[in-house]
Amino acid sequence: MDIFVQQVVSGLATGGIYASVALALVMIYQATDVVNFGQGSMAMFATYICWAMLNAGMPYWGAFVATLAIAFVGGIVVERVVIRPVENAPILSIVIVTLGLLVIFTSIAGWIWTYVQKPFPSPFPERPLKVGNIFFGAHDVGQIGVTLIVLLCIYLFFRFTPLGLAMRAAAHNPVSSRLCGIRVGWMLALGWGLASVFGAVAGMLVAPVLTLDPNMMGGVQLYAFAAATLGGFSSPGGVVLGGFIVGIVENLVGTYVSFIGTELKLTVALAMIIVVLLVKPTGLFGTTIVKRV
Amino acid sequence: MDARAQRTLAILALLAVACALPFTMSNFRLFQFTQVYVYAIAILGLNMLTGYNGQFSLGHGAFYAIGAYVSAIMMDKWNVHYGWTIPVAGVLCLVVGFLFGLPALRLEGLYLALATFSLALAVPQILKYFEHWTGGSQGLVLSKPNAPFGLPLNPDQWLYFLTLGVLIVLFWLGANLLRGRVGRAIVAIRDNHIAAEAMGINTSLYKSLVFGVSAAYTGVAGALSASVIAYVAPDSFDAFLSITLLIGSVIGGLASISGAVLGAMFIQFIPNWAQDISKAAPWAIFGVFLIVFMYVMPFGIAGAIRLLWIRTQRSRVALSPEPRETAAT
Amino acid sequence: MVLTRKLLVLLLVIGLAGVTLAPVVSAQTVVGVTATEVKIGNTNPYSGPASAYGTIGKAIGAYFKKVNDEGGINGRKINYISYDDGYAPPKTVEMVRKLVESDGVALLFQTLGTPPNSAIHKYMNQQKVPHLFVATGATKWNDAKNFPWTMGFQPNYQTEGRVYAADVLKKHPGAKVGILYQNDDYGKDYLKGFEDGLGEANKKMIVMKQSYEVTDPTIDSQIVNLKNSGATVFFNITIPKFAVQAIKKAHDIGWKPVHYLNNVSSSLATVLKPAGLEASKDLITALYMKEVTDPQWRNDKGFTDWVVFMKKYYPEGALDDQANAYGYNVAILMTTVIKQCGNDLSRENIMKQAANLKNVELPLLLPGIKVNTSPTDFAPIEQEQLARFTGEKWELYGEMFDAFRKQ
Repeated sequence: MDIFVQQVVSGLATGGIYASVALALVMIYQATDVVNFGQGSMAMFATYICWAMLNAGMPYWGAFVATLAIAFVGGIVVERVVIRPVENAPILSIVIVTLGLLVIFTSIAGWIWTYVQKPFPSPFPERPLKVGNIFFGAHDVGQIGVTLIVLLCIYLFFRFTPLGLAMRAAAHNPVSSRLCGIRVGWMLALGWGLASVFGAVAGMLVAPVLTLDPNMMGGVQLYAFAAATLGGFSSPGGVVLGGFIVGIVENLVGTYVSFIGTELKLTVALAMIIVVLLVKPTGLFGTTIVKRV
Repeated sequence: MDARAQRTLAILALLAVACALPFTMSNFRLFQFTQVYVYAIAILGLNMLTGYNGQFSLGHGAFYAIGAYVSAIMMDKWNVHYGWTIPVAGVLCLVVGFLFGLPALRLEGLYLALATFSLALAVPQILKYFEHWTGGSQGLVLSKPNAPFGLPLNPDQWLYFLTLGVLIVLFWLGANLLRGRVGRAIVAIRDNHIAAEAMGINTSLYKSLVFGVSAAYTGVAGALSASVIAYVAPDSFDAFLSITLLIGSVIGGLASISGAVLGAMFIQFIPNWAQDISKAAPWAIFGVFLIVFMYVMPFGIAGAIRLLWIRTQRSRVALSPEPRETAAT
Repeated sequence: MVLTRKLLVLLLVIGLAGVTLAPVVSAQTVVGVTATEVKIGNTNPYSGPASAYGTIGKAIGAYFKKVNDEGGINGRKINYISYDDGYAPPKTVEMVRKLVESDGVALLFQTLGTPPNSAIHKYMNQQKVPHLFVATGATKWNDAKNFPWTMGFQPNYQTEGRVYAADVLKKHPGAKVGILYQNDDYGKDYLKGFEDGLGEANKKMIVMKQSYEVTDPTIDSQIVNLKNSGATVFFNITIPKFAVQAIKKAHDIGWKPVHYLNNVSSSLATVLKPAGLEASKDLITALYMKEVTDPQWRNDKGFTDWVVFMKKYYPEGALDDQANAYGYNVAILMTTVIKQCGNDLSRENIMKQAANLKNVELPLLLPGIKVNTSPTDFAPIEQEQLARFTGEKWELYGEMFDAFRKQ
């Protein structure tokens, strides 16, 4: 029994990592209807900026806030300079552009900071918490907490603030929104800026666990994508839950499905996600869009 | 001369050039062009699905891998002649693709992208798991085929002609399929599947069939690659291969047959060019190429050529249809 | 349509003409060498997921630049051509064919990775081009009989696995062993060496094997399972990123096995310090190189020379990256071979000299480890020594393990 609970706890911790990155993916998707494949590498880059500031002697929280500000501006600049010119191109062309972002940020980070992995500090205490026979990593608990806070912010922002509502409107129906006086172009840029901030938060939270290197987010982003799809791309809450489910299911498969063992656990986890999608084609919490002919 | 004759002439001229290449170029360059043809076949397969039918696939690397391994295992374990392995790989991928296409019918856009991407991630793992057959992560080392019937060609030249021959046959078949009644049905499903259904098109059947045919093309390309590279290993077929094929099909031009060749040239030559420009960060240069290409030619190279052509011909030809947006998501 | 037919005929004629004019390739043994230059080819992953290794290719280039600045070897400068293969075997084949057929290199040196090298293994031997000191720990490079043109460099992973197995049998006979390994050629080679080392009779000592994929974000779950298996000996076959996690996690959940860590992750700066020096105490590994972030070598001449070299010729390279030390070492070995060739830089002689290295010392090898090759022994470095981490440095113990003498 202990092993089961411990695996669930450790699955929650890993799931929290997926969820935090998935939230950033969903943010851009909600605001601009595009999946940004460069999200992970942008987050990694922001984390490096934070690392550089910490190395220069800045206190943790100072560097943290400064990184968020830089990430926000950086996200807006990327949207204005790189995405805006291809705004009216087919979706897949925009996807290719975001793949371009992925390789550019990865490559430049490797060029500036080399590929040697770097330790990254955690704002949470070192000592794990022990309840009965179960260990909770303090950082893991903290990370899950931050992810939930970010989720709450997203929910409140899109639900209750005029800006959030305007952004949603701009994404779903740009033409009508423009007629209502919403500056659609800037709304999209803002969406990128915010997604970049959430990405940076995720990056700074996973770096203490994964250690910082230019390819840090590669694997994470795959899982985040799976989590977002499982949860339903249109629902931030569903996405976070999707992250936890992926984390836990993967661990339990690796532990209990012994004839498969760990070598095929990713395959099994993915197959299970696909089965779920076949039953719920827009994810667990996604809304089905009714189309008119 | 009418437009049709002009096109025939252009294609024949290109073929003449293609046939002359082996005797004017080094074996190494020839090998590069052979790879271009292999990629072109794979991209045409992906293009049928994503470009013509609007089903978004991030997993065609998986079919490429299956094709390559079917061919490699048959050659390595049963000593089957490589020539036989290519159609077998195609048929097997047709079946796998069709079967995968059935459940995939329920999925659209991003959700389909994840399902296909999962396939691309799972295949290397599965290949490593069945070590007895696949050689595990060490892979299988193969031999390059010699030219048959005593033709005075070295293996590189022979593989070049073999690949070119397969390419011509598959492109001819593909063009006939896509330009005919079936092709119109496929495109109609992409543009509006409800309307297509209302017109009496069996959308489910067509969609899974397109999945199968698309997988078969990519599988044949994989089988050819096994002989061309003379080595298969899970590392050759990672998730990045699927993404590379997607890049090729979008940059070349979705829903375009010639676009498949242009896209193949892009993924073959541009990374080499990028590293000639900068050894320090070759990927950054490649990324800039991607962005600039999409900025200048949002409909891919073939789309840009078509636009140019329309512009120059406007006085002579009645307006041809503008390239449409691909409804991928 | 007449036109079409005419064109078809034309096509056929061109084709036939070409067939009859196809050039005859003649074999030449001195290629890529002039009175002032020797061309050396290399592939490395400068892009893609394995790009962390690319620094080896750059460090080698930097060392050759130093050699050239100091006048070259026997009056010849080294023209080092290194291409990016992104760790993808098809790209390796393409780049290596470019090096051999188009650039005309004298030899291929330090191509990186087991799958990339496997892809060109046969080709190099058919072309009879020296394929020297490949950067992989697989066993198949030491096969002088079947592949007389290919030679390895570092101690292979299987040998190292056997070293640990011997130590386990000696000190912890009958213990329960848990293993974590990366699911690829590297992980499986270590695993095989270790299992072979335990032998059939002791195989049941292994109570659990857990694997991970290099794309996995974390390995927490595997560590939890290993602890739960009741293992008291832990063989940890992971690359640095996961080694940090494994050491930390085992410490965090209160699992204190006898912990054998593979050589790949023995760096103080990038593994042990991030994992916590306290948690890393008493780790055991097998070493063949001086670990460049280990304080015990701070005043060692080999080390200080390397630092001077790095600062002058490769300032953007990291001083805490063992890969840069590796590249430096192997580049020195390459220049030794070329020096030994004298003025006969035919491919046959290059291979002959590479197979005739006697007690060569490299500045960053552990004291006492020497490079030896012979026409039947294509494994240059075969010695390793176990070391225990004291909390601040690796402390060597036991006798030097020599795979060659054991045979």
